[in-house]
Amino acid sequence: MKNVHRLIIWSLLALFAAFFLLPFYVMLATSLKDMSEIRGGSLLSLPAGLNFAAWGKAWSTACTGTDCGGLQPYFWNSMTMIIPAVLISTTLGALNGYVLTKWRFKGSELFFSLMLFGVFMPLQVVLLPMSQVLGWIGLSDSVWGLVCVHVLMGLASTTLFFRNYYLGLPDELVKAAMLDGAGFFRIFWRIVLPLSTPILVVTVIWQFTNIWNDFLFGVVFSGADSKPITVGLNNLANTSSSVKEYNVDMAAAMIAALPTLFVYVVAGKYFVRGLTAGAVKG
Amino acid sequence: MGALSIRNVRKSYGETHILKGIDLEIDKGEFLILVGPSGCGKSTLLSMIAGLDSPTSGTIHIGDRDVTHELPKNRDIAMVFQSYALYPNMNVAENIAFGLEMRKVPKPEREKAVARVAKMLQIEHLLERKPGALSGGQRQRVAMGRALARDPLLFLFDEPLSNLDAKLRVEMRAEIKLLHQRTKTTTVYVTHDQVEAMTLGDRIAVMKDGVVLQFGSPDDIYARPATVFVAEFIGSPAMNMVQAQAGAHGVVAHGVTLPTSAAQKAAAKPGQKLIYGLRPEALNFADSGVAGEITMLEPTGPETYVSVKTAAGLLVVRSPGKVLYQVGDRVHLAWGTHDVHLFDAESQKRLAD
Repeated sequence: MKNVHRLIIWSLLALFAAFFLLPFYVMLATSLKDMSEIRGGSLLSLPAGLNFAAWGKAWSTACTGTDCGGLQPYFWNSMTMIIPAVLISTTLGALNGYVLTKWRFKGSELFFSLMLFGVFMPLQVVLLPMSQVLGWIGLSDSVWGLVCVHVLMGLASTTLFFRNYYLGLPDELVKAAMLDGAGFFRIFWRIVLPLSTPILVVTVIWQFTNIWNDFLFGVVFSGADSKPITVGLNNLANTSSSVKEYNVDMAAAMIAALPTLFVYVVAGKYFVRGLTAGAVKG
Repeated sequence: MGALSIRNVRKSYGETHILKGIDLEIDKGEFLILVGPSGCGKSTLLSMIAGLDSPTSGTIHIGDRDVTHELPKNRDIAMVFQSYALYPNMNVAENIAFGLEMRKVPKPEREKAVARVAKMLQIEHLLERKPGALSGGQRQRVAMGRALARDPLLFLFDEPLSNLDAKLRVEMRAEIKLLHQRTKTTTVYVTHDQVEAMTLGDRIAVMKDGVVLQFGSPDDIYARPATVFVAEFIGSPAMNMVQAQAGAHGVVAHGVTLPTSAAQKAAAKPGQKLIYGLRPEALNFADSGVAGEITMLEPTGPETYVSVKTAAGLLVVRSPGKVLYQVGDRVHLAWGTHDVHLFDAESQKRLAD
């Protein structure tokens, strides 16, 4: 009886897993086929061999509009944008959370609630004022302009994450450090930050995924040579030629998705480890 | 000039007054206890001494320096927190040395201080461990070690034993006392436990609702409680309190005339409403005296608490060893007038000494 239950549960789980993995399989299989295989076989059939031609084309020679340099430049644009954007927004979020919980000032709760608006605000609202501001400070159409936008838009969430995490950190730790003679930054660096691994990982995953996958800001605020990969992918898929090269499109989509996958796989492990090792209480 | 003086310290949040003018002064090497029920302001006062909070008015002096608005790190104090507040990311040695490191003490000296403190508290074998791997008592020791390492002018303890189980609490209490006898560092210790207050303190300040009700030696507080609250708060089982009234021929409760000293008789005006207090150990079983019936026996081993219903009210007697009486027995209780505490019912203040 018990075994029957097990069997049912396992088969259900397997079924759901297969269902969720199916699109991924189709993408991967299609990206490894050549055009004749795609036309000849079914969507679900296995590729004849490991044929990375479509990947190569997507990476370096596929046409995105009039340029035919593949996704490569977009990928590096995204990289140069995302690294500072994630670092800065996470650092500022951590500092904000630290101040809002351990160095409360008059009105800090109000400040925080106002900041929360940023989490719920629809992104479209800021498009026009933001482009105006970027123009004033001379950052329009540049990677740094995009970094700036992503930092600002991410700040509300990162602050929220760190603030809620630091609420659980005993105030007495900070008081003890104050009595020991440590100042604002020293306490942050030596006591608070070393205890923040789990939330740091969560925030980095969150920010990385959001910024990497962002299309709206990327298409609105980037210039000709600062377009991020999402815009590149869109251009690549929409560039019309005589035939629709599904294998190249799929390979390009895979390339665009790989970094976030990578972050999940690598950091996810640290995340779980951080959660179990972060037994601060007691 | 005392080692610590607190002068007319007040703290208010809008209309809420947490501290209503606190004056305390202790000498170098003394052990001051701030004791009172929760919400009495004792922890707030300690925070102000530490510099983690600032008074609305009044001043705090450590030695001859006014530190009222000084930063905590410039006060030369060390504090042991209720939760110990050990840095979870550092091992025991780093925890102890952190304060010295922040004060730019060179490494060899830091190591020397850690070794000295570890030896004193017998935690040498724990130095490499993280706080998470320590038991409650060990954490308590490390927290004290962290405070001791700096050799401060003033030690502050914020209910340091309340997270320990009963047995360990008694052990650590003794260790704190020994430590203080050895180091003679001026100490302020906050607790809500009257036993800790009595056993540890050189001077006790009993606080309630932001006011110091009585400030004195443990003996003073126990033998001559200034108010009804102090009398009830200190001592277990609590002092017996009998509602009484001053009559023409002495103090009367429910028709029973209660013995009083001449001074007490003189202090009580006829008709005045009184509270007549007797510590349970002051009562003796006798052949004559106030008659009553035993309603409950609570043996604790070394002594037995006997509840006796008398015409004046229910009285608890603390009797050494085992008691031969049984529930329902009729007994007489007697006591000496020097054991009587008399309070005015309205002002709750002590009458005559």
